[in-house]
Amino acid sequence: MTFLTLTSLRKQYGSVAALDGIDLAVTAGSRTAIVGPSGCGKTTLLRLVAGFDAPDEGRIVFAGQQLADARSQVPAHKRGIGIVAQDGCLFPHLTIRQNIGFGLEAEASVKDARIAQLMDMVGLDPAMLARKPDQLSGGQQQRVALARALARKPRLMLLDEPFSALDTGLRAATRKAVTDVLNAAGITTLLVTHDQGEALAFADQVAVMRAGKFAQVGSPREVYSRPVDAATAAFLGEAIVLPADVADGRAQSPLGVLPVDDVAYRGKAEIMLRPEQITVTQARAQNGSDGAVGTIAEINFCGPTSDVRIALGGDPQGFSFRLDIPSRETLVPGDRVTIVVAGTAHLFR
Amino acid sequence: MTSTTDTRVSIAPRHRLPAASSWTLTIAVVVALLALLPLGFVLWAAVVTGWDMASQLIFRSRVGELLANTVLLVIFTIPICAVLGVSLAWLTERSDLPGARFWSWLCVTPLAVPAFVHSYAWIGMWPGFNGLPAGVAISVVAYFPFLYLPLSAAFRLLDPALEDQAASLGLAPFAVFRRVVLPQLRLALCGGALLIGLHLLAEYGLFAMIRFDTFTTAIIDQFQSTYNGVAAYMLALVLVLCCFVLLGLEASLRGRSRYARLGSGVARRPKIARLGRWKYVALLLPAATAAFALGIPVLTLGRWLIAGGAGVWQVDEVGLALWQTLVICLIGGIVTTAAAVPIAWLSVRRPTRASRFLEGCYYLASSMPGVVVALALVTITVRVMLPLYQSVATIVLAYVVMFLPRALVSLRASIAQVPVEIEQAAASLGRSPGNALLATTIRLAAPGAAAGVALSSLGIMNELTATQMLAPNGTRTLAMAFWALTGEIDYAGAAPYAVLMVAFSLPLTFLLHHQSKKIAGR
Repeated sequence: MTFLTLTSLRKQYGSVAALDGIDLAVTAGSRTAIVGPSGCGKTTLLRLVAGFDAPDEGRIVFAGQQLADARSQVPAHKRGIGIVAQDGCLFPHLTIRQNIGFGLEAEASVKDARIAQLMDMVGLDPAMLARKPDQLSGGQQQRVALARALARKPRLMLLDEPFSALDTGLRAATRKAVTDVLNAAGITTLLVTHDQGEALAFADQVAVMRAGKFAQVGSPREVYSRPVDAATAAFLGEAIVLPADVADGRAQSPLGVLPVDDVAYRGKAEIMLRPEQITVTQARAQNGSDGAVGTIAEINFCGPTSDVRIALGGDPQGFSFRLDIPSRETLVPGDRVTIVVAGTAHLFR
Repeated sequence: MTSTTDTRVSIAPRHRLPAASSWTLTIAVVVALLALLPLGFVLWAAVVTGWDMASQLIFRSRVGELLANTVLLVIFTIPICAVLGVSLAWLTERSDLPGARFWSWLCVTPLAVPAFVHSYAWIGMWPGFNGLPAGVAISVVAYFPFLYLPLSAAFRLLDPALEDQAASLGLAPFAVFRRVVLPQLRLALCGGALLIGLHLLAEYGLFAMIRFDTFTTAIIDQFQSTYNGVAAYMLALVLVLCCFVLLGLEASLRGRSRYARLGSGVARRPKIARLGRWKYVALLLPAATAAFALGIPVLTLGRWLIAGGAGVWQVDEVGLALWQTLVICLIGGIVTTAAAVPIAWLSVRRPTRASRFLEGCYYLASSMPGVVVALALVTITVRVMLPLYQSVATIVLAYVVMFLPRALVSLRASIAQVPVEIEQAAASLGRSPGNALLATTIRLAAPGAAAGVALSSLGIMNELTATQMLAPNGTRTLAMAFWALTGEIDYAGAAPYAVLMVAFSLPLTFLLHHQSKKIAGR
């Protein structure tokens, strides 16, 4: 069932179109991630849904109620939508208890019980309740912000890059904790992030945003394996894009003949491979084994992996691509390697 | 070769910098001791007078009256200023008030008019207006910018995301203002209110002109009419106690909590409230404020200038007063700023408990009313160092005591903007520590020092109380000449002096406004 529908949303700041016709359907209880480079308009989109800004055009419908269009909008405090901001946005003049209880209207005992329950839910020690926000670490502040937003039992939770201010180790742990809490509460969630790994790991549905538009919306696996274009492919992870002649579901490419995921297309096209599809091994003597043959043109040791540039067709100045390979191979520039591709290549039409 | 260079680089700072900072610390301590002289003097006077004599002089109906006047003045003026300040700051910073920028300038401009000139203007308009109502009304128009300035800066610095967050937690706009915005204005409110309170305790001319007695006017009366030393000292003691009460109240209200935004906040400008059809009603507030705070002085001065004609511009006398004022302002401003350099440098580069304590001493010393400072310096010079009585050195010391924090704030802000790494880079390029300081930090902090000189000069130009009591014989500054002429009821003759004071203060007031904008990053 569609729970949140955005239709043709547009928002202009001066001469810049921050949102240029956004359509999105979010089902109840699902997790959607909006991912894109900074400045692509993703935070603006979140602000429109939260009710902090009004759209110039388009409509936002939430649980059957129209929240906003170009003429009228339901104010933020009447939407029942929770939001957790990038740096938590805790009220600096209030204690943790007062922060979490900020939006609660109940008598003191009920409120205290609810606050204790929320602290437990987000995995924080109740001893912290009397502290001020600046006495907490970044990860703890984010958990308090989540508890504060959950206190009002919102039907929709908006997460605005809530993990980006945390350091790497803490980020994964906090993300896991937040995902678990939201799952347990069954709350529909919209996450905005510029971190593609985070988006793919968190969401059921990923919307890739570029210059105020959605380039692609789909499941994490779909947008990663079958991106609509080379830019989307590159944004979601390393991609090797090769020119090819395609016919009958097979592509003639610099890496040899590869199966493609589009059997209908015939003609010249670009195909894409993800690095995990490629295995590189040192070429044995001149035995005609499977796979294409290339030459190591350049190699940079980076610890567990090495970044190599492999030139195809024996010419170091000819067609080449870059790849991270496990460092165990004792390769040096000039070595000949065999390149084996697993699975099908994705075809950009 | 390499090893020699290494040794020199690593050893030099270890040996030289502590020496440099210990010298700086010594100078800062000496300045602090000088600044605390007036306070020490009042306490000494209390001890020497003895309990019997002191209680006779303190517990009498006259002191009760003065105390009642002072308390009433403070409890009426400050809340009115606070409401006016918050309303004007909100209208000019957070609403779509037509001409918000223009009104924002007008809200600061009354600072260019010395308090006693405000009083003179109101008397000119309504000669019968006096007593407490007049005291409160004139104090409000003269001093509300002290609250408006920090409040408008605080409004600009608030993280707008907090207000969005509160709305997403179900708070209607007015509740957001009450529960999120107002609590964050507390520091600005406390600071501004304290400044106004201290001015109310210290001001002489404003209240003397409307015949409203405060401790300051009473002390000067004692001093001028009977030179009753002990009685004046005891009044000064009560006045100092009043200052301590204000300082204590402010410290306890301000609390220890942190108010700065957490994290980086968002780089978004605050949302501007749409006034809609209330726009024109809202315009009445800044318009009425400007009419009272600027319109009345302009009208009265204009009227007296027209009435006096060209005759009141006695070029030799006015010119001499202007020249003397500028000289004394410049000397006072430069010495005050120079005196602030050691503590400014220490508090940024070597912040320790000692440097914070010293800074506290300067603030405490400057919160002493001008009349107490002057009384103390007069008595000390007459009794201990007569040659210094009514000398330039003594009056400049009084200005240092009273205005050092003004210079300190500007200096410290600009030193803090120069990263210590720049100084270290200069040292690594072969400059000696002193030379490195001169070539980098001092060079880059020069605009801040200039602002410090300007702001303390503004204070000196409009200072009347201490200047009157301490000025060397034959000195006649603009403020003194103005005051003498109004004392002779020559209001037309006084007008040119007031006009000059306002004209010279205006650019400095705009500097203040500009600085507060810059602090907020605009």
